[in-house]
Amino acid sequence: MSTDIVHSEASISSGNIHLPEGPICLETRHLSMFYSSTQALFDISVSLPANQITALIGPSGCGKSSFLRCFNRMNDLIEDSRVEGQVLLDDVDINTPHTDVVELRRKVGMVFQAPNPFPMSIFDNIAYGPRLQGIRSASRLEEIVESSLRAAALWEEVKAKLHDSALALSGGQQQRMCIARALAVEPEVLLMDEPCSALDPTATFHIEELMLELKKRYTIVIVTHNMYQASRVSSHTGFFMLGELVEFDRTEVIFESPTDRRTDDYIRGRFG
Amino acid sequence: MKLLKAAREAIIERLIQVSGFLAVLFVILILAFLLRDALPVLKTVSLGAMLGGDRWSPSAEPPKLGLLPMLLGSLYVTFGALILAVPLGLACAVFLSEVAPPALREILKPVVELLAAVPSVIFGFLGLLLVGPWLQEVLGLPIGQFAALGSLILAFMALPTIVSVSEDALRAVPQAFRHNSLALGATEWQTIARVTFPAARSGLLAAVLLGMGRAIGETMTVLMVTGNAPVIPRGLEAFVRPVRTMTATIASEMGEVAAGSAHYHALFMIGLLLLLITLAVNLAAAAIVRRTGVVRK
Amino acid sequence: MRDHRFRTLLAQNAAFVLLWLAMLLALAPVLFIILTMLVKGLPGLSWSFLTSHEAGMLPSIVGTVLLVLLTGLITTPLGVAAAIYLSEYARPGPVSRLIRLAILNLAGVPSVVYGLFGLALFVTWLHMGRSLLAGACTLALLVLPLIISASEEALRQLPRGLREGSLALGATRLQTIRRVVLPNALPGILTGLILALGRAAGETAPILFTAAFFSLTDPFPSKLTDPIMALPYQIYVMATEIPNLPPEQKWAGALVLLVVTLGLNLGAIVIRARLRKKTRW
Repeated sequence: MSTDIVHSEASISSGNIHLPEGPICLETRHLSMFYSSTQALFDISVSLPANQITALIGPSGCGKSSFLRCFNRMNDLIEDSRVEGQVLLDDVDINTPHTDVVELRRKVGMVFQAPNPFPMSIFDNIAYGPRLQGIRSASRLEEIVESSLRAAALWEEVKAKLHDSALALSGGQQQRMCIARALAVEPEVLLMDEPCSALDPTATFHIEELMLELKKRYTIVIVTHNMYQASRVSSHTGFFMLGELVEFDRTEVIFESPTDRRTDDYIRGRFG
Repeated sequence: MKLLKAAREAIIERLIQVSGFLAVLFVILILAFLLRDALPVLKTVSLGAMLGGDRWSPSAEPPKLGLLPMLLGSLYVTFGALILAVPLGLACAVFLSEVAPPALREILKPVVELLAAVPSVIFGFLGLLLVGPWLQEVLGLPIGQFAALGSLILAFMALPTIVSVSEDALRAVPQAFRHNSLALGATEWQTIARVTFPAARSGLLAAVLLGMGRAIGETMTVLMVTGNAPVIPRGLEAFVRPVRTMTATIASEMGEVAAGSAHYHALFMIGLLLLLITLAVNLAAAAIVRRTGVVRK
Repeated sequence: MRDHRFRTLLAQNAAFVLLWLAMLLALAPVLFIILTMLVKGLPGLSWSFLTSHEAGMLPSIVGTVLLVLLTGLITTPLGVAAAIYLSEYARPGPVSRLIRLAILNLAGVPSVVYGLFGLALFVTWLHMGRSLLAGACTLALLVLPLIISASEEALRQLPRGLREGSLALGATRLQTIRRVVLPNALPGILTGLILALGRAAGETAPILFTAAFFSLTDPFPSKLTDPIMALPYQIYVMATEIPNLPPEQKWAGALVLLVVTLGLNLGAIVIRARLRKKTRW
């Protein structure tokens, strides 16, 4: 395990490319990715619609998470990783040396597999992102914290204990808090990497409801191993296998009449 | 035959078990023997008079056994060392754990740790023959042996402890904290300053305490470079004057003292105090690590 | 917004520059010490300086070698047995926590306090007098925590399967330890021992009133209860008590001590690096 932050990227770029505002569609053109010598993604070209939920499914190790992490360049943190091809937010390529990665990650929020509150109060967790951007006014921060928690459907549960440690929340609450934390940065896109895999069914239900609510304002991409979840929440689904995007279509098409034999096998549980 | 073998095994296993407790036994023995040779001094002078006494002249009649000059001398030299070593050590730990490429870290860490392998008499030697006279000339001081020189050298001697314990503490911070912070649009420095470093704070505090324990107990270096004048240090200018620490007092006087004299027992009393201070510091560090756990989760 | 962005980047770059500088500052003394000692020490170093016992280092080298060997002899069985207890017998709980706490504290006891303890227990109470034996006993205690920790780590790094495999073949726990566990942990234990001996070779304060003396007429010990000359003590005496000694001799003497202690340490580091490459469990 390496705890290093590869520090070549964010420190240098001055960010002279302006990232788009408003509803953003995500697109890749001939995207390939490599971990040292092994190739993890093969020539993927696809366009994910704005203000919709796109689900990425496939057997573990198929590259769906690596694909997701291309959109906020979290793959940069893995040593010896390399990305080829274009990754576009609307029409701006973010996979260039000139891209301001820090700015990009503000535009493209991410929720991770395991809820990971920082060891500080709920308030400080949510205010973390805004403070990074230099917002100091207490009233402004309170406003952001409340609206983010409301957006994440957590406000009623925690409004009385904002200054308690976030570690005291339940797993499902922690994950919603992490979503609120991501929303507080006011992103345009929300990437979710198996956000419910560590949660019980009730908590999962809460998060799914929340996602349907959030898609009105955000473009959401979710990686999931749970095909019921994909069919419940998403409008579009991409099926990955061995680093290839086998099939991408509207969710009902993928689950009812897929064109590729491999997709059919997978959704019928014949492997994986 | 078989019985004999079983008996032999049982005896060896019993011996191993006893050895397990040797460390506990030795801690108790050290305390006991220091107490045994320290307490008789109280027949000559009270503890209060020792701790509060500002004159140390053990060969006077009756002997003056005030420890205040040494207590304050140790305090001065140790805190001087910490003021230098703590920021430097923490910065190095952050550098090694968060900034340096892994290949570079693998080289640099052993080099810093090599400092811990240099005998203290070598540090003292260099301070006495080279660095002290040089500083004396540059700073225009009356004498080349003074408190700050001891602090300066002690800082580098405590550095490996501070760096290596705090680097461990930083590396024990879960990677997910860093990734979450970066995904929220933090720069690496913001991530270090606002998440990683605060998350490791208890381990970092333990590192500072252990470094402090190392500095208080160091003997040969301070004996050789701080001038050993048993006067009470006052104000900031005391840093460029000679002082005398507790450790140096024991080392320089135990050789000539008559066994059983009040002076002899007084030196053991200094040793006892030194032992109690370092025990307290180490126990505090252990408690911090145990209570919060350097490794979270 | 852009202005703030610029300031955060500036802060980051400034911080990283400072971190680099701190690292360089921490490395400087290592290089300074080694280079200075070489430059100043080498001119005075000669074969006759090392091997003469009148104006040379021979008595101290002999004394330190004897002291270190005897220290190793005393501390190794104790330390390894304690480590075996901790890793193979002790269950996690208050007892093993107490032992670990004791080890930690033992490691934190100032070296001069070890000297006092050695004086009280070995020199006076056990009537060893100021001697090779008393000094070695004192140093053995001082390095005991190092040996225990290193050995325990070496033992713990062995895979469980190794022990279970042996036990499953009908070996007793002790047989398993002796025939399987210890031989495989031996390299790690040896590394720890070398480090500990390097530490013992360089310590002055613990032998100051338990073993060391300075004599030109009768410098070699003939029995365990004779006092000895030792490298670190001779350096101390040369630096502080003999103003007329030619400086190059002082520097050469200090260089010898540095070479001995750093040599042992580098040896241990090299062995450890080799081990890490060779054995992957």
